[in-house]
Amino acid sequence: MKHATASFELGERVTRAVHLAVCGAVLVFLVAPMLVVIPLSFNAEPYFTFTEGMLRLDSDAYSMRWYRNVVEDAEWRLALVNSIVIGLAATAIATTLGVLAALGLANPAMPGRGFVTSLLISPMVTPIIISAAGMFFFYSKLGIAQTHLGVILAHAVFGTPFVVISVTATLVGFDQNLVRAGASLGGGPFLVFRRIQLPLIAPGVMSGALFAFAASFDEVVAVLFLGGLQQRTIPRQMWTGIREEISPEILAVATFLVVLALLLLGTVEWLRGRASAKPGEAD
Amino acid sequence: MADTGTETHVEFRGVCKTYDGRTMVVRDLDLSVRRGEFFTLLGPSGSGKTTCLMMLAGFEAPTAGEISIDGRSVQDLPPRERGIGFVFQNYALFPHMSVRRNLAFPLEVRGVPADQQAERIQRVLEIVRLEGFEARRPSELSGGQQQRVAIARALVFEPNLVLMDEPLGALDRRLREEMQFEIRRIQQDLGVTVVYVTHDQQEAMSMSSRVAVFHGGRVQQVAEPEVLYEEPEREFVAGFIGDNNIFRGRITSVGRGVCDVETPDGVVKAFPVGECRPGQDAVLAIRPERVGLAKPGVFSNEFEARVDGILFIGDHLRLRLNLCGNADFIVKIPNIVGHGALLAGDRVSVGWAVTDCRALPLDGLEGNPEAEPGA
Repeated sequence: MKHATASFELGERVTRAVHLAVCGAVLVFLVAPMLVVIPLSFNAEPYFTFTEGMLRLDSDAYSMRWYRNVVEDAEWRLALVNSIVIGLAATAIATTLGVLAALGLANPAMPGRGFVTSLLISPMVTPIIISAAGMFFFYSKLGIAQTHLGVILAHAVFGTPFVVISVTATLVGFDQNLVRAGASLGGGPFLVFRRIQLPLIAPGVMSGALFAFAASFDEVVAVLFLGGLQQRTIPRQMWTGIREEISPEILAVATFLVVLALLLLGTVEWLRGRASAKPGEAD
Repeated sequence: MADTGTETHVEFRGVCKTYDGRTMVVRDLDLSVRRGEFFTLLGPSGSGKTTCLMMLAGFEAPTAGEISIDGRSVQDLPPRERGIGFVFQNYALFPHMSVRRNLAFPLEVRGVPADQQAERIQRVLEIVRLEGFEARRPSELSGGQQQRVAIARALVFEPNLVLMDEPLGALDRRLREEMQFEIRRIQQDLGVTVVYVTHDQQEAMSMSSRVAVFHGGRVQQVAEPEVLYEEPEREFVAGFIGDNNIFRGRITSVGRGVCDVETPDGVVKAFPVGECRPGQDAVLAIRPERVGLAKPGVFSNEFEARVDGILFIGDHLRLRLNLCGNADFIVKIPNIVGHGALLAGDRVSVGWAVTDCRALPLDGLEGNPEAEPGA
């Protein structure tokens, strides 16, 4: 018996070690390329590699010069403003439309729910290059290619599925009697939505909106097709930077994006935790 | 009973409801509820009672027919304009609002000034005996307390019609009995009309001014609880309300207030209800407590049967007999001296009075039991 137990424990320990090694390797391959960017962005030299000074942790080998360059550069500043403006506008449109769509799709009386849902989700699965090319021809006819409006609309299309999915998921557990109660107590449809339904599905709406914003903030293909010089966003500017002049400025911007992404992810997780801790969505 | 007026408050006329176009959940319903009445829709699940309540509240539209409140058709009135208080089965309290905010909601919507709101909330909390809980969230209340808040919210805007959909279903037995008294007291104090849905006949009997018994989407009988128990007019009502011995026979002759019905064990003299003609089949119903151990010559109906089983309940004994074609014929006899000596297998002589045994027309043609459950 004792021998059996010991060999069982050994076997378990080996399995555990292998498990940890595999997980570690996956994490390294996924995360290391992102993390390595962060110290490199503080490089004092215009290289994409660690200098000897950096490896010795020599403080002269590090500097903030690339961050300063980015902040002082008019093109980067324009790109940041564009990214924020386009991101916020696209998020606003995607969130409004996505919430309305999810509410409608949650109504069992609505015909063709499966079809409409897949139509709304399709921008997520269609290769972006195809959507973007299509939008390019369509928007050119309408005369909104090479405008902020064109890019905003394209990004709203890409962001809507995130909102539809996350709000639909929240609505699954939503007690429709709350809406009926609101109506029987004298509330009109909009008032009942604003005072009762929206506060209860807010975590789903917020996380959908954050994903929609992140989708816009990351997006480069549609901007390549639809954006002119005036519509350059941060990813578009990085694209140019990598092609035309290899400068650690890109690493500084990349670090900024990683930090932003972490903040967004943290917010989403926090909202999710709040949503599940909140009682009474439905019994 | 309450000082129930005779004025009609709510009326259903020829109301039908179907969800899929084929199965009728409610068929050809005519009902009228009087002002100030505690009116209960009673029936098994799927009998259409909840659907009726939903149509009255405006959450569902009738497929045909008309519903009117105070003599005015509510066909085109959305729920929010009907001014009806509704207590939901699962309470449907707003989980993100405190008790005070829940109660203030209908007042804010109506533009009641803040100081009056506070006063009304205070008053309604006194009515449901829940003072001091204003700041709590629903999740911080017990089931019974949530129930009281739900009732308070349905009353705070002073509607004169309140609907309740199985409001006590989620409570345990003791709390349920307590709340039955509370709801009845509140209804009588305020004089509001209550339309109450339940599948619990004991609840319906103890609370209601009148009860409508639903089965298969139809109303079987509308009457005061005592009348439903003593004078059922249909087979379903006789079987659904309380214990009853139901058996069948063929009518051989009909006289004034009495008819002869042929059963496997002989002729039963019964009280004819509705249209009874000789040659017709009829359903006979006799309450277990109205059957007694007979001394010869006391009852107009006397039969001998073997006791198949005896259950000792305490205050009474339940005898199971095979009688008149019913193998489960129950007789309740009070536990008094002399009856303790009965044993299973004994032969006993039982009997009952003509007026206690009702001969009812057969069901089945009208009350269609295959109606689907309501929403």
